[in-house]
Amino acid sequence: MFSFLWKGIIRDKSRSLLPVIVVAIGVFSVIFAYGLINGMMSNMIQTTANYQTGHLKVMTRAYNENRGQKPNDLALLGTDTLILQLKADFPDVEWTPRISFGGLLDVPDDYGDTKAQGPAVGTAYDFLAGNNKEAERIGLEKALVAGGMIQHPGEIIISDDFARAHNVSPGDEVTFFGSTMYGAMTFSNYRVAGVVRFGVSMLDRGAVILDIEDARLLLDMENAAGEIFGYLPENHYDTKEAEKIKTEFNSLYVNNTDEFSPLMLRLEDQDLMFQTIALMDKIMIIMGIILIIALSVVLWNTGVLGGIRRYNEFGVRLAMGEEKKHIYRTLLGESLLIGFIGSVLGTITGVALTLYLQKYGLDYSGIMDDVNMMIDPVIRSKMTPSVFYIGFIPGMISILIGSALAGIAVYKRNTAMLFKELD
Amino acid sequence: MNVAMKKIIGLLCLTFFAASTFAQDAEEIIKRVDNNLSAKSRIVESEMTVHGRRSSRTISSKSYTVGNEKSFTEYLSPAREKGTKMLKLDKEMWLYSPSTDRTIMISGHMLRQSVMGSDLSYEDMMEDRKLTDIYSASLIGEETIEERVCYVVQLTAKVNDVAYETQKIWVDAGRFIPLKQELYAKSGQLLKQVTLSDVKQVSSRWYPMKMIYKDVLKDGKGTEWLITHIEFDKPIQDHIFSKASLKQ
Repeated sequence: MFSFLWKGIIRDKSRSLLPVIVVAIGVFSVIFAYGLINGMMSNMIQTTANYQTGHLKVMTRAYNENRGQKPNDLALLGTDTLILQLKADFPDVEWTPRISFGGLLDVPDDYGDTKAQGPAVGTAYDFLAGNNKEAERIGLEKALVAGGMIQHPGEIIISDDFARAHNVSPGDEVTFFGSTMYGAMTFSNYRVAGVVRFGVSMLDRGAVILDIEDARLLLDMENAAGEIFGYLPENHYDTKEAEKIKTEFNSLYVNNTDEFSPLMLRLEDQDLMFQTIALMDKIMIIMGIILIIALSVVLWNTGVLGGIRRYNEFGVRLAMGEEKKHIYRTLLGESLLIGFIGSVLGTITGVALTLYLQKYGLDYSGIMDDVNMMIDPVIRSKMTPSVFYIGFIPGMISILIGSALAGIAVYKRNTAMLFKELD
Repeated sequence: MNVAMKKIIGLLCLTFFAASTFAQDAEEIIKRVDNNLSAKSRIVESEMTVHGRRSSRTISSKSYTVGNEKSFTEYLSPAREKGTKMLKLDKEMWLYSPSTDRTIMISGHMLRQSVMGSDLSYEDMMEDRKLTDIYSASLIGEETIEERVCYVVQLTAKVNDVAYETQKIWVDAGRFIPLKQELYAKSGQLLKQVTLSDVKQVSSRWYPMKMIYKDVLKDGKGTEWLITHIEFDKPIQDHIFSKASLKQ
């Protein structure tokens, strides 16, 4: 029967070409959209983890209650000991302290008076102390547009927006003015080591970057940090592993009522990430269901048209003694073959485009200037094993449903009327 | 004109007269407050205690003020603040930091930032104008605070460049010193509360030697400002109010 059906499909392209195209386009669309959404989700998770949440984060309970404001007066103290403890308990995780701060960046003229000034939102990373991948994680080297990395204490990296607005170049001196963790005024001069552009407006607006020891001196935060970030091995986020580590750590302090005792959170526990990820998963499922329904309706319609075109053929076959259920089964068989061909074509083209976008991406930074989202402005797709079936299966299901519905017309044929129809 | 109409007109006149009398009384009260608080010049030594969630800090300073346009402050302790200076000339303010040898101008929204983590803003510290110059007053009642009878006066801004659109102040009826202030935004939101106490007579005027500022939008116990020494109307050399004096 397979050979008969195959010959029928190949020789009579009018019955197969349109359904193949429809299925191929549908499968391609699903794979492309899935790969893109997956890529965007991974991008968002990774960017958020790199800059904002880490895979895990430790802070004081009081800091956590106000974490949107990054309140350094509620920071962790004794972080050296705490980090040693974290490394001993969870040696596979990379732990690194960070401090967020804000203030004014002031550019002096030749007399030391204010030439230019602007608000600054700073983050201090552990660049100079040891072996960690902070610079690579935040893509600092790639983001540099002038100058270089922080190599020595007393150096600062500023945003390209600020540098352009106030005519500041690497090598210039600037003064940071802000408040210590105890609220005192604090001033410090720095030499501009580099100018950076991340392409994420939330980071670029007035961003400054310091080494953490310079920040600790500036903010009177000796052996302190606002947050300790943790990154899982291979920089790959595993929600179960993160949950396990978080539960184990927090159990050590469960009876501690001190508002300054440490608390660990996972990525999903912060900044509505759990809701965002859950929402995207649901969107994928809804998208799949909508596709199946839409494709089924289209293919049902195609099947009905095919049925009309093959009215005489079915009539002859019934008159020759072929059973209705046999004809119905051959129709379903044809649809499976057509669906297979269409799904294969759609999968090949979908996977090809996904691989291309995974490598090169789509740059939409031009429209993201006013957007405050932690997302890389270059969209990349993500290839996963599931792309090979995420479109294929709905493609097969939809043509099967469409043909099944259209094929019901065979059962409505009245064999007593067949010869009259042939007249 | 019948009897009823005459009574109504009489009542209206009486109400208008009473209102204008109260308004005059309120203006007179505020004028007497200004007489106590404002001076041609002031030299003030003070300590400001800022209560944080983890600890408290006390910052001592010495200020020189002439009228409401010139003010110079030097912070004397603790070590981190020592040598930091602030100069206000008219509406502009500069900060000098000895550690960086830099003079930084503060303007715009930065003036609303907290000074030294306290509940006072730079704007609060800069505001030296007389109340009668920037607010119109109306008397809304009487209350007792710490066994002192106080006039309760509502102040409404009559100029645009004020930090607080309205204020409510409780003025000691005997000494014409505010004992309590509530400072409001244009929206009507209460922003700060000030409690004034330890009122002493200095020269011919009464002056509160202790003020507690509470920013109601922040958690915490507020900021105490204690005046340890104050002199009024002493001559102050003009060179102090220059940017050059910041670096001396």
